[in-house]
Amino acid sequence: MGDSIIKMKGVTKEFPGVRALKSVDLNIYKGKIMALLGENGAGKSTLMKILTGVYEKTTGEIILNGKPVQIKNTREAQNMGIAIIHQELNLISNLSIGENIFLGREPINSFGKIDWSKLYKAAKLIMDRLGITERPETLVGELSIGKQQMVEIAKALSLNARVIVMDEPTGALTDKETDSLFRVIKELKAEGRSIVYISHRLKEIFQICDDVTILRDGQFIAEYPINEVNEGKIIELMVGRKLSEQYPRVTCELGETLLEVKNLKNAYVKDINFSIKSGEIVGLAGLMGSGRTELARTLYGVYNKDSGEVIVQGKPVHIKSPGQAIQQGISYVSEDRKGNGVVLGLNVKENISLSVLQKLSGLFGIIDKKKEENAALDSIRGMSIKTSGVKQLVKNLSGGNQQKVSLSKSLMTSPKVLILDEPTRGVDVGAKKEIYDIINQFKKAGMSIIMISSEIPEILGMSDRIMVMHEGRITGCLERQKADQEKIMRLAVGQREVTM
Amino acid sequence: MKTAIKEYMIKNKSLVVLVVFCIIVSILNPRFLTISNILNILRQTSINSVIAAGMTFVILTGGIDLSVGSILAISGAVAAAMISQGNNEFIAVIAALAIGAALGAFNGLVISKGKIQPFIATLGVMTLVRGYTLVFTDGKPISAGSSEAALKFSNIGAGYFLGIPLPIYIMVLVFGLAYYVLRHTRTGRYVYSLGCNEEATIYSGINTDRIKVLVYTISGFLAALAGIIITARLSSAQPQAGTGYELDAIAAVVLGGTSLAGGIGGIFGTVIGALIIGVLNNSLNLMDVSSYYQLLLKGLVILAAVLLDRKQKK
Repeated sequence: MGDSIIKMKGVTKEFPGVRALKSVDLNIYKGKIMALLGENGAGKSTLMKILTGVYEKTTGEIILNGKPVQIKNTREAQNMGIAIIHQELNLISNLSIGENIFLGREPINSFGKIDWSKLYKAAKLIMDRLGITERPETLVGELSIGKQQMVEIAKALSLNARVIVMDEPTGALTDKETDSLFRVIKELKAEGRSIVYISHRLKEIFQICDDVTILRDGQFIAEYPINEVNEGKIIELMVGRKLSEQYPRVTCELGETLLEVKNLKNAYVKDINFSIKSGEIVGLAGLMGSGRTELARTLYGVYNKDSGEVIVQGKPVHIKSPGQAIQQGISYVSEDRKGNGVVLGLNVKENISLSVLQKLSGLFGIIDKKKEENAALDSIRGMSIKTSGVKQLVKNLSGGNQQKVSLSKSLMTSPKVLILDEPTRGVDVGAKKEIYDIINQFKKAGMSIIMISSEIPEILGMSDRIMVMHEGRITGCLERQKADQEKIMRLAVGQREVTM
Repeated sequence: MKTAIKEYMIKNKSLVVLVVFCIIVSILNPRFLTISNILNILRQTSINSVIAAGMTFVILTGGIDLSVGSILAISGAVAAAMISQGNNEFIAVIAALAIGAALGAFNGLVISKGKIQPFIATLGVMTLVRGYTLVFTDGKPISAGSSEAALKFSNIGAGYFLGIPLPIYIMVLVFGLAYYVLRHTRTGRYVYSLGCNEEATIYSGINTDRIKVLVYTISGFLAALAGIIITARLSSAQPQAGTGYELDAIAAVVLGGTSLAGGIGGIFGTVIGALIIGVLNNSLNLMDVSSYYQLLLKGLVILAAVLLDRKQKK
């Protein structure tokens, strides 16, 4: 297995009232890529935060190159050569690439003035190695997510990091960007650097990782060389049980047309025409920036339409705000959970009831707390949300459970049309399955569901019909039986097909 | 669970500061713990408390209202002028409150529809209204006169019921109502939600513009109420009344543990915060500390209390 550069042994972390990690081991080998896997809430992030000095461990040991070390803060971790690239990138969009790479460590001359030419020269050097062709003076905000990721890696390299932790690095990347990321990762490996790779996409793990460590419920489960395990085995270890079919399809009788859209147009989308029936799931595929989310948000009243018609249950409606959309029976579960899906600072109960307080309150807007709590408890049971209670703050829940809270909030409005935007993004396999089951329940209950997803297998597995968007237009609509990965991709890159 | 404990700690912390402070002062000066002095403190605190209650709503949404001192002045001036012109005291009070609420609503509209930062918007309104007050009063105090209406009016600020000054009842009523609204009504929930995450609140189908207009209206209304109390107590309106009061109100809210970023805190903290400032003012007066040193000490206490709060929250 080779020499380990870092060994974490028996690491335990306790938060007030919760033990997040129970005696976890992790070996990071020199010049190897270690996959760190586990469901959301399994403790991956906590473990990495301990490694990078964000949290202090309660007990346990960290051994760097054979010597026990204490990592008290992020600066110390950096000095030891440990860098982390977070899922949500930590770049400042109105600073340049060079400024971002050297933020806080700008080279200065003897007067204390930043030595710009030196900074940009050094930045260029690192960027060349990673194949970033932009000028170092380019503002980070102008770069694609994939390029920004590369800037984060450049930053890690500028720190001369020997261990780089990557948390879901491909979550927002296109296939092409993913390929170039993998190329860079392999080069880093060849240079003898070690990488801890966290991802929910098991295919990637088999593509680039050498070893895999699996956590579950804050505990170390197993470490294997990658060639000794397969996908099924890993999933089994992660969830602690065998998963039956991944996409549990249910077929049900289609009912009346609940939503019809005619010639919808605004700054983001053009010529949008489609309709959806009760009991139907329409998958909405497309690449980043194809206008899927914008279409969803236009239907939900976040953006206004310039022209066209939206017809709900045969009645033309004019929706100018999310509040009006909810009244018309349209609900939206956002892809950006923390940004606009849930209110992290409110508790579970308050989030679930937020859209329907009108119904849960009486004279003078006084909230019927009993009713509210019962509604929340029903949701917690119905969706099996893992929480210590209705008064737990949503920010303390794992991603999958936050997503379920977001779904619950939408469901409370009893929508006829439910738009799900990347409903399983950043959610682990076990919770994914649960969310699919929940979506199918909605379907059986007669809702029309529009599901946006960047994971084509998910789209293929769940949808009755698949619409594909490219540059703000619907380029094609495929029946499930006739759809496959290739056809979807062709439409997604703008090749119109004649066969429907 | 966690919220409950956290809230309890935030509440308790400022409460601890207040209690310790009272103990020290009562040891240093035995006159402090007399009923008449305590009533005195509460009466003096009532003005700041009423303003700070409104400010709590605003700050919980992540906003700020600098115009309360000016709104206090114009409302007081209008009430005094109307009574001196022979109007019924009841009508004068309603008019003054309506002006305060309207100016607050104007703040809210500029902020929500005009998309101007609360600091700038209310700074503008603060200056504008102060200017108008000077024009309206010609820079001179307006006496309410000595009519029957004027006497009844002055009761609001100077009267007693069961041996307790009326402004104290008003303060308790305002705090009680504010607590109830924030804790038990839809409006209160929306205020917290808006303060935590405006975008998510909008996506939940809530009209956040309306909530913003509402909180500034409440703030303006309560500032006017404070203006009525002050004017009634003195039986005359001062054109410079309320200058700097916005800062005392903000200090009370922040001392009470409410976050300027919004979403965290509550009215109970503001009660304590206002009392800390009230006790501080009173005790320094009792001990004959010069007013220059009073300001200096007040600044130090505010900084120390807020720093302590920050430290413990981490």
